[in-house]
Amino acid sequence: MQLFLQQIFNGIMLGSTYAIVALGLTLVFGILHIPNFAHGHLYMLGAYISFFLMTLYGFGFWTALITSMVILGLVGMLIERVVYRPLQDKPHINSFISAVGALIILETSVIVLWGPQGRRIPNPYPDIVELLGITMSHQRLLVIVAAIAMIVVLQIFIKKTTPGATIEAVAQNREGAMLVGINVNWVSSLTFAISTATAAAAACLVAPIFMISPTMGALLGMKAFVIVILGGLGSIPGAILGGYILGILEAIGGGYLSAAYKDVYAFGALILILSIRPTGLFGKEVS
Amino acid sequence: MTWIKFLREKWFYALLLILALLLPLLITNRYHFQIVIMGCLFSIAALSLNLILGYTGQASMAHAGFFGIGAYGVALLTKEGMSFWLALPLSSLLAALVGFLIGLPTLRARGSYFAISTMCFGVIISIVAGNWIELTGGYNGVVGIPLPNPIFLPGVGDLGFQTQAAQYYLVLAFLLLTLLIMHRLVYSLMGLGFMAIRNNEVLAGSVGINTFAGKILSFVVANFFAGLAGGIYASLIGTISPATAALEQTFGWLIFVLLGGIATLTGPIVGAFVIPVIMEYLQFLTEYRLIIFGVLLIVVIIYFPRGLMGGFTTLQQRVKDLYAQRRGEKRAAGG
Repeated sequence: MQLFLQQIFNGIMLGSTYAIVALGLTLVFGILHIPNFAHGHLYMLGAYISFFLMTLYGFGFWTALITSMVILGLVGMLIERVVYRPLQDKPHINSFISAVGALIILETSVIVLWGPQGRRIPNPYPDIVELLGITMSHQRLLVIVAAIAMIVVLQIFIKKTTPGATIEAVAQNREGAMLVGINVNWVSSLTFAISTATAAAAACLVAPIFMISPTMGALLGMKAFVIVILGGLGSIPGAILGGYILGILEAIGGGYLSAAYKDVYAFGALILILSIRPTGLFGKEVS
Repeated sequence: MTWIKFLREKWFYALLLILALLLPLLITNRYHFQIVIMGCLFSIAALSLNLILGYTGQASMAHAGFFGIGAYGVALLTKEGMSFWLALPLSSLLAALVGFLIGLPTLRARGSYFAISTMCFGVIISIVAGNWIELTGGYNGVVGIPLPNPIFLPGVGDLGFQTQAAQYYLVLAFLLLTLLIMHRLVYSLMGLGFMAIRNNEVLAGSVGINTFAGKILSFVVANFFAGLAGGIYASLIGTISPATAALEQTFGWLIFVLLGGIATLTGPIVGAFVIPVIMEYLQFLTEYRLIIFGVLLIVVIIYFPRGLMGGFTTLQQRVKDLYAQRRGEKRAAGG
C-alpha cells in the first residue's frame, strides 16, 4: 500500500510536468495545426537557460524561472516565424520535416555549447515531509502546486482576456477571425510564445529533481504528442487529464512491471489506440 | 538496333555504370573506399525511405527501426551458424512482416499522426534492443558478426568477402537490384497510384484506387529494403548496437532524401554520396556539422522542396525549352 501511494504521488508529480508540456503543445498542434516536433527540445533549452542563469549569474530559482520563460517565449516566436510560417499553406509533412531540422539544430547547439553530460540544478527546497508513509520532498510538492496554478492561470487567460479570445477565435475559424480584424500572424506568434514559455516553466520546475541533459527533451516531446493525440487535438482538458494519466501509468508501470520499459507504455498505447480510432480518442477528422 | 538506340539515349547511365564497376581500380585509399561502400549501403536505405516518404507521401519515422530489425536478424542468425545468404532474405522478410503488422494500425492515421506513431514505434524498437539483454546484448550490442559466406562463381571459384572490392561489388549489386525494383515499381500503374495517394488521398480513393492497400504495399516494400540494407550493414561492419536502429539514423536518411531530391530515383543516391563527402570535408567543424544540416533541412524544405536533383531536372527542362524555342525560331526564319 505504501509503495502504491508513493508511486501514485510520484506519478502525479511526473504527470504535472506532462500536463503542462502537453498543454503548450496542444495550443500549437491542436489550434495552429503546427506539428512542432521541437517542443520537447525547447523544454530542454528552458532547463539549460535556467541552469546557467542560476549557476553562472547567481539568479534565484524563481527569477531564473521567469527569465527563462521570457527568453523561451522569444525563441518560440522566432521559430514560428522562421521555421513554420513559410510552410503555412504547404502539406503537413513539410512542417514536420522543418521541425526535424529545428530539433537537430537545438539539440546539437546545446551539445556543442555546453557538452553532452548531464547537469544538476541545485535544489532550492531540499526539505522532506512524511505523510501517510509517503516521502514527499518540498520540490516535488512545489511542482504539483505550480502546475495546477499554471493551468488555472492559462485557462483564465484564454477564457477571460481579449488576447486569449483571439486564440480561440483563430482555432475555431481562421478565415472568420481574419474577417473580424484579428491579425492571425500575431496570434500565431503569441500562441507559440505561450506554448514555449510554459514548456520552459515545466522544465525549470522539475530540473532540480532530475538531471538535465541535451537529450532530455526528445522523449518528453514525443510523449507530449502522444498525450495531445489521445486527449483530443486542441482539447485543453484532454491534454491536462492525459498528462496526469500518463504520469501515473508510467510511475505504476515502472514501479511494478519494469522500469527499463516504462517509456514503451505510452508509445505502445498510442499505436494501439490509433489502430482503433485513427484520429485519437476525442479527435475530429483531420483534413 | 535497340542497343544502339538504348546507348544513344542512356549513354550517361551506361557510362556511370562502367565507372561504378571500375571504381575499385580508381580508389586506392581504404578510408575513401569505405565511404563509398557506406554510400551504396545508405543509398538502399534512402531509396526505400523515398518510396514511402517521397512517392507515397507518408513520413515513416520508423525506417531505422526496420533497418535495425534486418541488422539484428542477420547478426543473430549468422552468429547461430546460418548462412548469410539465407539469413539476409529471412531478416528482410521479417522487417517486411513487422512493417505489415505495424502498418495496419498506423497507416489508418494520416499526416503528422502517421509520422508520430511510426516515430513511437521506432523508439520502441531501440528501447527493446537496448533492454532485451539475453537476445540483443543490450546497449553493448552484438559483436563479431561473420562476413557474408563465400559464393561460388563458375570460372573464378569461391569468392570471399574479405576484400573491400568484393564487399563493394556485393553492396553495388544490391543497390542496382533495389534501384531496378524501385524503377519498375514507381513507373508502373501501382507507382502512379502511390503518387495519386500522395497528392490527394481522398481524390485518389474516389477514382477507385484502394488507398489503404497502396499505402500498406509501399510501406511493406520500403521496410523490406530497409531490412535488407540493415542486414548487409550488420554483416559488413561486424558490430551493431541499439544506435543502429535509433531515430538519428532516420533523420540522416531524411536529409539524404530531401537534399538529394525527394520523389526522384537519383536524388536519394546523390544525397547518400554527396552528404557524407561534404561531412568529410567539414570534419574540422566537428559537432557544428549537424547544425549546418539542420539549417539546410529547413532551407531546402521551404525554398527548394524538390532538392538537388529536382532542381537539376527543372534546369534541364528549361534548357530544353530554350533549345526547342530557338529551333522553332530558326525554322520560322528559314521557312
